[in-house]
Amino acid sequence: MKIHEYQAKTLFSRYAVPVPEGAVAFSPAEAQQVAATLGGFPVVIKAQIHAGGRGKGGGVKLAHSLEEVGHIAGEMLGMTLVTHQTGPEGRVVKKLLVEQGLDIAKELYLSIVPDRASAQIVIMASEAGGMDIEAVAEQTPEKIIKVGINPLVGIQGYHGLQVAHGLNLDSATVKPFVQLLNNLYRMFVAHDASLVEINPLIITRQKTVLALDAKITFDDNALFRQKEIGAFRDLDEENPLEVEASKYNLNYINLDGNVGNMVNGAGLAMATMDIIKLAGARPANFLDVGGGANAEMVENGFRIILSDPNVKGILINIFGGILRCDVLAEGVVKAASKTGITVPVVVRMEGTNVEQGRQILDASGLNLISAVDLKDAAQKVAEIVGA
Amino acid sequence: MSIFVNKDTKVVVQGITGKEGQFHARQCVAYGTRVVAGVTPGKGGQKMDDVPVFNTVAGARKATGADCSLIFVPPPFAAAAIMEAVDAGIELIVAITEGIPVLDMMKVKNYMRLHRSRLIGPNCPGIITPGACKVGIMPAPIHKPGGPIGVVSRSGTLTYEVVHQLTQQGIGQTTCIGIGGDPVNGTNFIDCLQAFEADPETKGVVMVGEIGGNAEEEAAQFIAEKMRKPVVGFIAGLTAPPGRRMGHAGAIISGNSGTAQGKIEAMEKAGIHVCKDLGRLGELCAKVF
Repeated sequence: MKIHEYQAKTLFSRYAVPVPEGAVAFSPAEAQQVAATLGGFPVVIKAQIHAGGRGKGGGVKLAHSLEEVGHIAGEMLGMTLVTHQTGPEGRVVKKLLVEQGLDIAKELYLSIVPDRASAQIVIMASEAGGMDIEAVAEQTPEKIIKVGINPLVGIQGYHGLQVAHGLNLDSATVKPFVQLLNNLYRMFVAHDASLVEINPLIITRQKTVLALDAKITFDDNALFRQKEIGAFRDLDEENPLEVEASKYNLNYINLDGNVGNMVNGAGLAMATMDIIKLAGARPANFLDVGGGANAEMVENGFRIILSDPNVKGILINIFGGILRCDVLAEGVVKAASKTGITVPVVVRMEGTNVEQGRQILDASGLNLISAVDLKDAAQKVAEIVGA
Repeated sequence: MSIFVNKDTKVVVQGITGKEGQFHARQCVAYGTRVVAGVTPGKGGQKMDDVPVFNTVAGARKATGADCSLIFVPPPFAAAAIMEAVDAGIELIVAITEGIPVLDMMKVKNYMRLHRSRLIGPNCPGIITPGACKVGIMPAPIHKPGGPIGVVSRSGTLTYEVVHQLTQQGIGQTTCIGIGGDPVNGTNFIDCLQAFEADPETKGVVMVGEIGGNAEEEAAQFIAEKMRKPVVGFIAGLTAPPGRRMGHAGAIISGNSGTAQGKIEAMEKAGIHVCKDLGRLGELCAKVF
């Protein structure tokens, strides 16, 4: 789960990770109120959306007077911000973070991520702050410091020193940096983060260390024990169909193709998308109804696929294991009789109770196209959408 | 022969009185698996059908000699369940549970480095040696006993699809293992490939990967350097968008790493027969094996 920069900074403050003075604003008037409390100009106005690259897209601006704050805030609120992470459709800006401007001496990069291969929590840092870290990693990998931490032991003093010295920090900033890193690690673990990234982490001319930016994502699997973090979720930042699907515990991702598909199991769902593409069409979504799906979940999944106006045909691919084919068939029949099938539907079923499933579909009188195997299914659906 | 499980494997089911645990324990028993015990804290002394239930894994092991555990414990308690099995000295631990927090699994993984137990999963369908022993949730009838092909996969239903196509072609399986779709798991591709290479009855392997991480790339390197048996490979997720978690917690492309294209290239370079069309995987296997 992603959260906004201003929410991340609230969390940082609670763990004594220094951030610039500032607050969130939802209108130009509020932005001016916040700016007036910051004790001087310039101030920085930052669009709050769940995507990086905001600066280049015009989502980060300096203001030198209250009047300018009002003007910039008015322009930014409601604008569609397009960055390399939003896709061409961009995101509508609905909130701003207004912060004090700072006197920057040095910009650094700092992040904490779990490393899947080593099962360690890895701190990554670089003197090349403020830049695209993937480009740095590719072009000058020697500029990135990596320190792995065994989660059973946790962060030790020497870990922080290793990073600090790797960054060539001067003696005055080593101590506040190590303190900041310890606090950040504590927050990471306490809240089941899956990424904490500060780019840039700055050293001011006054030798203070602050997080100028803040990005945190959380492990979805741990939200059951992170109720407070769950409250940070911003549904405005998510695709409405995906929000609807999540209410029914459906794993749905909206894509830009024309063939809707419903599959049980994530791996088979991905492979089904791939085979649709291979047949010359494009998948409109990823939908894994899961192993334990019941007829109601299947019904809702079907309805959500149909509510995507780009969908010209649907492929249902079920390999019955825990999810039995007869349960799937019941769900499809229910959904079809409630919402009506407006596009051709190809059904490929195999596995547990497949005969009962086929009987239910045959007896329903619905206009469903059955496929004998996966190859057959993909070809039939591609023909339908004219690929 | 087979790898990791056979007809002598004695299984304890952790979470045997829960809805899923009970259902699948019965399926395993029906297949002929020696399910010797169940564990549910507070229900020790009861029975699930003919299977005695214990309060702890240590108690179950002591009374029955169980050497393999099958875990259906819900996510908040699953990491502890795995470590309980480790502490009880269980040799093989198969964790079906989906949705264990990553930090929990990282601790488990580091803890297991200090012990000799093997973990399969979590978030996996389990392991089956067709005709001998099923420790998992896979539908039994799609399998064909007698080998000669081993199957290893990060997925569940996608594995069923692959096994089904093998069986349709008349190709049997020695052992089929799902290693799970989580970013941090126990047994990996290389562990299984190594075991299949050493198993005299296995003549070839089908390896099924997906986007995210670099386990497939590492496996490809192992295959190129250490394996003599032929391998057919498949990777799911060519059409997956970057930055999105595709159902499995581990199935995510981050930046330029973990793409299907990159994995396919690494596998082809290693001499693996990569199948591009899942609909024809069975046909390809019939040709290669």
